[in-house]
Amino acid sequence: MLPRDLQPEQFAGYPAEARKLTVAHLGALRQLPVSFVPSLLREVIDYDFKFPAERSAIDKELAILSSLSQEQITERFRGFAQLTISAKLEQFDWINEPAQFVEQQSAYLWTTHQLDAFRRAATEYGTRLQAEAPPDPMPVRRLGIAVIGQGVTSYDVPLFRNLRAHGTYFGQVKPENGLELLLGAVAERAKAHPVPYGHWYVDGGSAADCSPALTCVSYNALEPVRAALLKNIDAEIARPGMGPEQLRTHLARLTPPDLGMKSEGNAVLDRFQMKLFTEGSGTQIFSTTFAQWTAREVLRRAQALTLLVRFAPRQRQRPMNELLTNVHSNAGVDATGSLIDGDMAAYYQWINQQRLPGADQSSFLVWFEGHSQALVIAPTLPRGTESSSAIDLGKLLSLAAG
Amino acid sequence: MRKGVQASAGLSPREIALGLSRSRREFLRGAAGAALGSALMTASPFLHGETARKKRKIIVVTFGGGARDQETFAPEGQDNIPHMLQELVPQSSFFTHVTNQGILGHYVATASLTTGVYETLNNFSAIPPEHPTVFEYFRKDLKRPASDAWVVAPSNGFNRIGESECRSYGPGLGARVILPKHLLGAATPGASTDFAHLLRDNYENPLYTPELGGGEFELQQLETILRLSVDDFMAHARAVSSPDELSVYIAKRLMQQEAPSLLWITMHDIDIAHSGAYSLYVEAIQRTDRLCAELWKAVESEPEYAGNTTLFILPDFGRDADYDAGGNGFQHHRTGDAASRTTWMMALGAGVRQGVLFDQPMQSIDLVPSLGAMMGFSPTQSQGRPIRELL
Repeated sequence: MLPRDLQPEQFAGYPAEARKLTVAHLGALRQLPVSFVPSLLREVIDYDFKFPAERSAIDKELAILSSLSQEQITERFRGFAQLTISAKLEQFDWINEPAQFVEQQSAYLWTTHQLDAFRRAATEYGTRLQAEAPPDPMPVRRLGIAVIGQGVTSYDVPLFRNLRAHGTYFGQVKPENGLELLLGAVAERAKAHPVPYGHWYVDGGSAADCSPALTCVSYNALEPVRAALLKNIDAEIARPGMGPEQLRTHLARLTPPDLGMKSEGNAVLDRFQMKLFTEGSGTQIFSTTFAQWTAREVLRRAQALTLLVRFAPRQRQRPMNELLTNVHSNAGVDATGSLIDGDMAAYYQWINQQRLPGADQSSFLVWFEGHSQALVIAPTLPRGTESSSAIDLGKLLSLAAG
Repeated sequence: MRKGVQASAGLSPREIALGLSRSRREFLRGAAGAALGSALMTASPFLHGETARKKRKIIVVTFGGGARDQETFAPEGQDNIPHMLQELVPQSSFFTHVTNQGILGHYVATASLTTGVYETLNNFSAIPPEHPTVFEYFRKDLKRPASDAWVVAPSNGFNRIGESECRSYGPGLGARVILPKHLLGAATPGASTDFAHLLRDNYENPLYTPELGGGEFELQQLETILRLSVDDFMAHARAVSSPDELSVYIAKRLMQQEAPSLLWITMHDIDIAHSGAYSLYVEAIQRTDRLCAELWKAVESEPEYAGNTTLFILPDFGRDADYDAGGNGFQHHRTGDAASRTTWMMALGAGVRQGVLFDQPMQSIDLVPSLGAMMGFSPTQSQGRPIRELL
């Protein structure tokens, strides 16, 4: 099957809005190389369950593709067209299973030493698209907050090492009511600038009370989903003939009800939360990984205007000798390790935030929960400096938000 | 790429790789007092006589689970590798710019290291490499017995790495393989769920690992080869904290009992990075650093090895850069970016120039032909080139 042979009825299995969109742009899709189209369809097929920012990006991309002449398409997709794919991949049902195709294509590109060429073609395409599809205007500057180190009483190693060069370190922060102040300020932003899926609170443990204006995701609230997934995986692994690729294909086909999520829930958010576990690596095991990956996905997919991530202690990795002697039945938590995880994750949260539009005006705050250390990156604050001012979290956030 | 995340903007992968190599060089020159190798390319210190070759022993340690510069040889990572930095680098020839142009999966990459060819086998299947391994060249060309080439490897997927499916080499000419995790599994039937997970865990795909097939090291051979009872083995296993510690223990036991001339050890703890917990990744680097120094001490104290052994230490590849949007930083090695393809190699011991840095780019597949030139066998199908600075 090649793109030039695409017909509207072949998209009958797509959800309603995705089908409508695909058929409307079929003329453009038919002109694109097979090494590219499934990657696009992988996004389009989930259109009905995408966040507004993602829908907008898909709309713009398809509109641009439909506006190109045949010559422009040939020129733009030359890098992709030069890639070869196997006959087996061509025969694959990439219309209905584009994600599975992309996974197999990736393995094929590695094997045939074409991955670097694909990477170059994709980067070039993405850069050009970004330049041609200007971002929608933002109602407020983006703000990221990371709260790390919950449960750690003392820690002597310098924190925020990766971020210090980019912002101002505060060593005299008043920690009292810190989380409440931050959550309150975030809720105020959400009320003042209501945008669907624009303002998020992610907690690696149990979520604190927060405004309904925030989209809230927490590790503990999703415990039944996580447990259902692990049980599901155990059952799948035990099946004869099951291998890593088959397992990934199985995970990609799961739907929220398969993991016990109620069908009358929020379809967009439920699917997002399910994918945190089925697509993330380590999110099923460590809460710090879950919080970091969720932050990445919230920024990448929803392009959140506000994101507060609070890291909680993850379960302790039990050493081999302890597993062998089976002394402790309960793993317990590793608060200090989780602080180190959170410190790196905060850096990654900032990096992911900086990939989004308006990066030069965005702000970021990271705080060692319950302690006097914080760091703020903001266009109005100097970089690579330290402040000894005694300041509470509310005022610090005001400084960050400018 | 936007403001704040433009550290690599405008640079080609090659320029980034050169930058990584240069930063390693600058750091090591300052920290370990190493000299630049290009000024020292005079007569080789290696002994090429037949007698010397017969006595020579080679140990290769690979990190199956690449470690990035920023957690190791960059200034901010130096606290994690005190043993390598202070004890091993000063007596090493250090190659700052090693690239891996193959598939970045640990089994396939380690297989490529052993064959000197970028293998394309399925990373998650327990299948043999397509091309002859260094063990087969070594044993066939030098007519060495099976007891002279051993592999100690972490997870089930590595059990076919000892010999290829190549017709003119293959079965019966490869290395014997010990999988300490597999031994543990055999010694602890009915283990707890957590422990069973540890045994089957290969980190790269933490929820699945292939079932064993082929000629794995059987439990009863603990006693016949390692002279170790199951009880003693388990007692030791209960005293160590990780699979790599157990691997080094097994390797040392092999050195004492079999004294193989070619010993290949693949560490794997570092690959816990795939779980996304940064602290565990860093802890594993610190542990691996300690284990490398421990292994070198064992070399120096074993009569069969002291003075005639060359030790090579190299990661199979790197990990993704923080700034590559296609990855998630240290967690994986999926982007194929310069950071994930560029790494280093250290050689120390018999015949190696001490405290020297070499900047010239080399590929990881150059290791096998270099070992061939040093030991006197001909890896005819290898696609790498002997490393001139080692010969």
